[in-house]
Amino acid sequence: MQRFQCPFCGLRDETEFHFATEAGKSRPEPAEEVTDAEWAAYLHLNDALKGQAREVWVHLTCGEYFLMTRDTLTREVSGSEALPGRAS
Amino acid sequence: MSGWRHPTAGRVNRERPAGFHFDGIALTGFEGDTLASALLASGTRVLGRSFKYHRPRGLWGMGGEEPNAILDVTRDGVTMPNVRATTELLEDGMALSSVNAAPDAAHDRYRLLDRLQRFLPAGFYYKTFMRPGWMTWEPMIRRMAGLGRIDPANCPPADCPRINAQCDLLIIGAGPAGLAAARAAARKGRAVWLVDEAPEPGGSLRWRGGFIDGADWREFVDAVQAEVLAAGGRVLARTTLWGAFDHGLFAAWERRTGLPDVHWRIRAGEVILAAGAIERPLWFANNDLPGVMSAEAALHHLVLYGAVAGRRIVLATGGDASYPVAAALAEAGAEVTLTDIRPEGPDAPEGVRVVRAARLTAARGGREVRCAVIDGEAWEADTVLTSGGYTPSVHLYCQAGGKLDWDDVRDALVPRRGTAPIMVAGAASGSFGLSAALAEGHAAAGGEGPAPRPEGDAPWGVTPMRPDPALPGRQWIDLQNDVTLKDVGLAAREGFTSVEHLKRYTTLGMATDQGRTSNFAGLAAMAALTARSIPETGTTTYRPPFTPVPLAVIAGRRRGALFNPLKRLPLEPEHRAAGARFREYGGWLRPAVYGTGDESTLAVDEARTARQSVGIFDASPLGKIEVIGPGAPELLDFANYVRMSTLRPGRARYGFMLAESGVVYDDGVVLRLAEDRFIVSASSSHVAGVLLRLEDARQDRFDPSRVVLHDVTAHWVTLTVTGPRARDLLDEAEIAVPEMPHMGVAETTEAGHPMRIARVSFTGDLSYEVSVPARHSDDLRNRLDRARGAVGGRWIGLEAVMILRAEKGYILVGKDTDGLTMPHDLGWGAQRERRRDEYLGKRSLFTPEGCREGRRQLVGIAVSDGDAPLAAGAHLVPLDGPRRSLGFVTSSYRSPGLDRPIALALLEDGRARIGDRIGCFHMGEVRAAVVAPACAFDPEGHRLDG
Ligand SMILES: [Zn+2]
Repeated sequence: MQRFQCPFCGLRDETEFHFATEAGKSRPEPAEEVTDAEWAAYLHLNDALKGQAREVWVHLTCGEYFLMTRDTLTREVSGSEALPGRAS
Repeated sequence: MSGWRHPTAGRVNRERPAGFHFDGIALTGFEGDTLASALLASGTRVLGRSFKYHRPRGLWGMGGEEPNAILDVTRDGVTMPNVRATTELLEDGMALSSVNAAPDAAHDRYRLLDRLQRFLPAGFYYKTFMRPGWMTWEPMIRRMAGLGRIDPANCPPADCPRINAQCDLLIIGAGPAGLAAARAAARKGRAVWLVDEAPEPGGSLRWRGGFIDGADWREFVDAVQAEVLAAGGRVLARTTLWGAFDHGLFAAWERRTGLPDVHWRIRAGEVILAAGAIERPLWFANNDLPGVMSAEAALHHLVLYGAVAGRRIVLATGGDASYPVAAALAEAGAEVTLTDIRPEGPDAPEGVRVVRAARLTAARGGREVRCAVIDGEAWEADTVLTSGGYTPSVHLYCQAGGKLDWDDVRDALVPRRGTAPIMVAGAASGSFGLSAALAEGHAAAGGEGPAPRPEGDAPWGVTPMRPDPALPGRQWIDLQNDVTLKDVGLAAREGFTSVEHLKRYTTLGMATDQGRTSNFAGLAAMAALTARSIPETGTTTYRPPFTPVPLAVIAGRRRGALFNPLKRLPLEPEHRAAGARFREYGGWLRPAVYGTGDESTLAVDEARTARQSVGIFDASPLGKIEVIGPGAPELLDFANYVRMSTLRPGRARYGFMLAESGVVYDDGVVLRLAEDRFIVSASSSHVAGVLLRLEDARQDRFDPSRVVLHDVTAHWVTLTVTGPRARDLLDEAEIAVPEMPHMGVAETTEAGHPMRIARVSFTGDLSYEVSVPARHSDDLRNRLDRARGAVGGRWIGLEAVMILRAEKGYILVGKDTDGLTMPHDLGWGAQRERRRDEYLGKRSLFTPEGCREGRRQLVGIAVSDGDAPLAAGAHLVPLDGPRRSLGFVTSSYRSPGLDRPIALALLEDGRARIGDRIGCFHMGEVRAAVVAPACAFDPEGHRLDG
């Protein structure tokens, strides 16, 4: 059972969190100009990094999405910050 | 019949005999015995039959490593299967029975299976089950293989507490190393948790004894315990630390007498693993015969329980640590011969015959040991004790991610420092012997001053010993899973040389003892057979649990109604009083039908009344997510397939939320109460998911300061009044209803409290959803209930609502849709063509998959051959030509409004097939049906206005 740091609530058990997406993926738009391949890549292709990864998670208990930096191998969490423009 | 009870040795309570049965035979032990010691002392040898060959097996060890002595234990008429005899305390009146034996261990009818051993090699099951006809083998094999029996009456109460705890320093194992660490830490003022499986701390000191810092070991143990407690720490006995998990979480199982067991979840700041080591067996022909035991275990059973392993004992060893064992057994009165593989060793203890440079090559006997063959000479013996060295207990270190290194000097795989956030001390790190254990434990806890010092610590020379493939006869590597050295050889010849393959191919180490006594030998044998070193051969992965833990302990109180607690309606007591039968719908406990009698008849009657006059149902679980602020319209436009910004205040609109894959995630109505205030009526089972998706868009795409979300589902009670006389009922209840069209919504005040009325219909009839704050629900309910009689209405349950909505072709997402359904499959294609702006899932609707011909579309299915509804889930097939699935029935009911069966289905090109005949395949039969529009009842929608 891992523990993650919500930037708003503090250290909590992993059951309170949900993975949302890898950080830095921007949604290709407008739909009319996006190719099938670009859209498929957005939907399905992830880096799934081994080691340091930056991800968006949501703390279900407070409903806030935030950025987490963690090592997917050692499970060490090295950073947790609010989304850009969100004060914690 | 060779084990016996020493008249004085041991610490059992001789004043308190405990009667018990083993396979029907009455025996007696004493309070303080384990099942193993009581059976050993009683002279019972054959305790079970082996897993595969049904060979007789007896006691081997003294703890969780025990591969053979696994019993079904009946107490107070309830049987607990697969109990390790070595770790369970004896109680008066227990009935023990052997496992994998019929009728019992002594007279097992499958014992002849052993003669067939050459036809049952490693990989037998894999080879057999690939051939046609394996099904004929399977029931027989299932009957012959396996462990204990499940007792249906064994349903322990859900009373094991789960306790979350934090500690500064967790020490696993209260042997010499753990005790030294605990003392050092306590002296530095740290709150230490000292955890051990045994009934009391001490570890190997309990049977090996010793003097520490000039005093008997018991004084040392008592002093350490006192210091730990004084420093605010805790000592947990009979507690197995069975799992190391992420971020310093450890799981422990505490057994308590007279109280439910405890499931501990401990977050530890620092951890010291001092779990000791397990004695390895030796490998010789018939090394699985009852009477062959671990030498260390024999000492354990003698010193703690006065249970002596035999009368004529051969002890085969290559290490100094076996000499005190021989001495103690000889002193107890057994005739002991010690054979040492080494030419030199310690002096012969008093009364022990020592044979040096001698090798044990076989044991002989039918059902138990009769003699030991040493260098070709048969020595009469009833017991063979063996010591093949020691394997450090590194399981928890590896569970925590730690790596191992091969150490030639220690002849063991030892923890590689720094690969897991755990310090390891004593025998668990390969440092055998009392002084090493004390010194390492002391150092691991950063001890100041001298470490505890033992007196006369025996030397600890060990000669590495390995299985020898050149030796004739069957040498067992894994006793619990019946794997021999030949099986390892076969695996090597057939190419399964990786240890992970070896394990799966031969099942070596896969039994409930997790290969404690076998993994090393299997690994060493494979290394030798493939001419590789042990580190080159590798080790298998260690996973929790360390020992089998009852599921009842892990589940704790989260069982039955508490396993996944249901959401309850505020009006549940009133519904119950009105005769409601409750059932779970999407996580909510809701009335299914009202009244007594056949449920489907009741549901049809309720639906008929709702069609003819009026029905009332509790729709409170319907989602109510408030979307508030100037940014609300753009957020909802993005999150919905149907634009909501064009909705006027006071109006409602039906729409869909899509996943980015374009698949329908939820459907429902959005109400606009004001320019900047909406309510999203998510499906009752999707509220949390819809809220999460809205939050995602709000925080990641829009300006979150311009719009907020608030889930008020549980704050409001919603009662829906539906039917041609719905308005009459509300008038009778004196509820003021503002004039509003279909899909209108108004906020009113009723008796001084807020009320919301929405003309939204899930039944196709005139319907009013009336919502009040939950605390005012009694008043609303009572007024509607009083008025009900006057207009001939009734309460209707969810089953009736399901019929009513299916008659209209109104879908339930997840029932009438699946993971491929897009909105245009449901007849909602216009928005896809029209909308120019971005919305969730949009691009996916235009992919080749979204645009292809032959998508499954929602249709109705009509039958003309009788009253029986179609089977939900049945496949739709062509009536002519090759049979293939064109789709399936999603909902099926008998319609009271139409007086015939109705169904909804997802069907390839369904809309183009309307009017066509089609087959409905169910249980081998094809029933003819006709494809119809999804809406079977009142397709013009006249009834929406009453
Ligand atoms: Zn939070």
